[in-house]
Amino acid sequence: MVVPAIELEQVRKEYAPDKTPAVRDVSFSVSQGEVLALVGGSGSGKTTTLKMINRLIEPTAGTIRVMGEDVTAIDPVMLRRSIGYAFQGVGLFPHLTVGDNIAITPRLLGWPEGKTRARVDDLLMLIDLPVDTFRDRLPAALSGGQRQRVGFARALAAEPRAILMDEPFGALDPITRDTVQTEFREVQQKLGLSVVVVTHDMTEAVLLADRIAVMHEGDLRQLGTPQQLLTAPADDYVAQLIETPRRHSDFIESLMRPPAVGGKG
Amino acid sequence: MSPRVQALFEQVPQLLGGHLSLAVPAIVGGVLLSVPLGILCVKSAAVRGPVMLVISLVQTVPSIALLAIMVAILGGTIGYRPAFIALLIYSILPIVRNTIVGLEGVDPAMREAARAVGMRPLQQLLKVELPLAFPVILAGIRTATVWVVGIATLSTPVGAPSLGNYIFSGLQLRDWQRVLFGCVATMLLSLVLDQLIALIESSLQRRRFVVVWGATAVLGGLLAVGLAPQLVPATTSGFTGVGQRAAGDGAATGKQLTLAGQTIRIGAKGFTEQFILTDLLGGQIRAAGGTVEALGNMGSTIVFDALAKNTIDVYVDYTGTLWSTVLKEPEPIGRAAMRVAVAGRLFDQYGIVTLGPLGFENTYALVVRQEQARKFGLQAITDLTSQARQLRIGGDPEFFGRPEWQRVRGLYDLHGIEQVGMDSTFMYQAVADGQVDLAAGFSTDGRIDAFNLDVLADPLAAFPPYDAVILLSPAAGANQALVACLEPLVNRLSVAAMRAANRGVDEGGRTPAEAAKALAEAVGVEGDTADGFSR
Repeated sequence: MVVPAIELEQVRKEYAPDKTPAVRDVSFSVSQGEVLALVGGSGSGKTTTLKMINRLIEPTAGTIRVMGEDVTAIDPVMLRRSIGYAFQGVGLFPHLTVGDNIAITPRLLGWPEGKTRARVDDLLMLIDLPVDTFRDRLPAALSGGQRQRVGFARALAAEPRAILMDEPFGALDPITRDTVQTEFREVQQKLGLSVVVVTHDMTEAVLLADRIAVMHEGDLRQLGTPQQLLTAPADDYVAQLIETPRRHSDFIESLMRPPAVGGKG
Repeated sequence: MSPRVQALFEQVPQLLGGHLSLAVPAIVGGVLLSVPLGILCVKSAAVRGPVMLVISLVQTVPSIALLAIMVAILGGTIGYRPAFIALLIYSILPIVRNTIVGLEGVDPAMREAARAVGMRPLQQLLKVELPLAFPVILAGIRTATVWVVGIATLSTPVGAPSLGNYIFSGLQLRDWQRVLFGCVATMLLSLVLDQLIALIESSLQRRRFVVVWGATAVLGGLLAVGLAPQLVPATTSGFTGVGQRAAGDGAATGKQLTLAGQTIRIGAKGFTEQFILTDLLGGQIRAAGGTVEALGNMGSTIVFDALAKNTIDVYVDYTGTLWSTVLKEPEPIGRAAMRVAVAGRLFDQYGIVTLGPLGFENTYALVVRQEQARKFGLQAITDLTSQARQLRIGGDPEFFGRPEWQRVRGLYDLHGIEQVGMDSTFMYQAVADGQVDLAAGFSTDGRIDAFNLDVLADPLAAFPPYDAVILLSPAAGANQALVACLEPLVNRLSVAAMRAANRGVDEGGRTPAEAAKALAEAVGVEGDTADGFSR
């Protein structure tokens, strides 16, 4: 049997014993090569869940495994170096060049400089940014879409076991966003990456993910393929969330239909 | 270029070197000390409270007082060390504060990003937090630089040469050109250092590393220039061994005791008379073949402590001052008795040798216009008693609070007199113009003659005696050659001669060296005061 890339078992996070848990007994697993979207509003616990996977936040109870290994058994710093992370608002270091940003984790891992350089060049090529033009630029000299792609390349740099993404496309304009999302999907499939992506945007989740986990007030409400969520929402909240992309698509579809014959005028 | 301006420029290497040797190491040391301290404050609230409290409090101590306190803490050591430590302390606050502000201003998202890519805490600090806080920290370093270069001018009174020597001696000599020269030189140095740091910053941002290294090399060079004199072991006292400088050219002939190969350090307080006397003593020493190092503008107690510790070899003080401030005696005694008592007790308690009086007193003196004195028959303070209620006396506000004035007022019954406080610079003029009827001046001040004033006699000896005496440090007191070359000055200077010399500088535009030369000629001692001594 193939080990799941990421596995959560009854994971719980309480910030204070007397408060409602931020995450309540959540379980799910992400297969290798799968994209799982964590969807929910603010305060749903989706980001907390994501950050527990690489131990940026420590869970109160439950077990998390990455490639079958209990994360509590790994030095958190080494764990983080083995998992790519792409940030909300990109998170590139403004004082480092594009090349140095991408090379951070390989260098922390002590890769030989030649291997790191080659890796940086490969990744720049992969995300369609010409090496000569972009490697020595500072992030401030890039467009939003370019920065987002560099952030993604940085997450990929150290050949991670899995990738975590926190609202990675949130700050982009619609057209750029569409391009970057498509590119992400292509690269993900090409490399067979295992990804957990957090988003509040159900349309984005439907477009990007193989499966969607809907969270609300710390609970995992439903886990399934976009199709399952559309056809059989588990409760009113899920139905309400999935309604938006459905209505958009219905509306756009209606515009595409030829106009009715014999109209006025 | 006039000879006076040329003389100013001739001192630049020594004084600028002194200034750099204080300021640059103090700034570099401040950075090395303060950045880690700032980091510690950010990481630990328990450290931060006390640290910020202490450094903020220290910063409120007036700089000149902090320098004086350092002298006291170091047990009376004058010169480089107390000045350096005080400047180091001054550089700390702006750098620590900006390090804290800079680190706290780092976007929390950047800190989380550093953690998420797998950095350990020290790596987060070095690779992300410090680089991002760098511009703010550098702004703190620039503030510290400007402060330290400015405050370094105040090292002069504790005996460390700096560009402040121009300012302090200029103020005392009323030589505004000299003051201005010192100010401009200090400002230029400030600007150059500040702009060098700014250049490093902007080049770093533009990633022009050649410029960064260039500017850093210049700063490093300045640091090396600054440190160089400190790496050479300082000679403690000229008497104990061979001085660091070559002996003067006027090597003494066989029958005389010689000072050849010795460096004698002369201390001085910060006023005209002391500058002239430094040159007068220096002339004798040089004539005997010695080399002179002059330390001018020292504080009154600092110069005494330096003598007691053999840090300087000789200076001139006044019996009344020693009686009250060093020996802590509240009531004055007679002039001759005080001379003997002071000499005996200074030798018993400190091993200091009182070589002898110069012959004049620089005491408080009540002065009136000559024509008024003639008109009303004023000759002594006693003559004022009957008309005290109609008189106005000008004087330093400090004077009216001193016990000497209380005694005078009591003994001569001058209670009804009106006191007008004014700076001592203006009071002679005020008497001459009739704005006040009399003033509390100093008996050797050249302006007494310059403004045609008379000194009123003090028949009841209400003012303590202030005999000028030559004091030798315990080590220098045993130096026969030094004693022999200074002895001719004992009892040779009359009040009139000293007053004329002071007047030559204060009103006649002479340099102290010129005045000293004239004084030496007038009283018939041969000295070598040709070009004076740096101060």
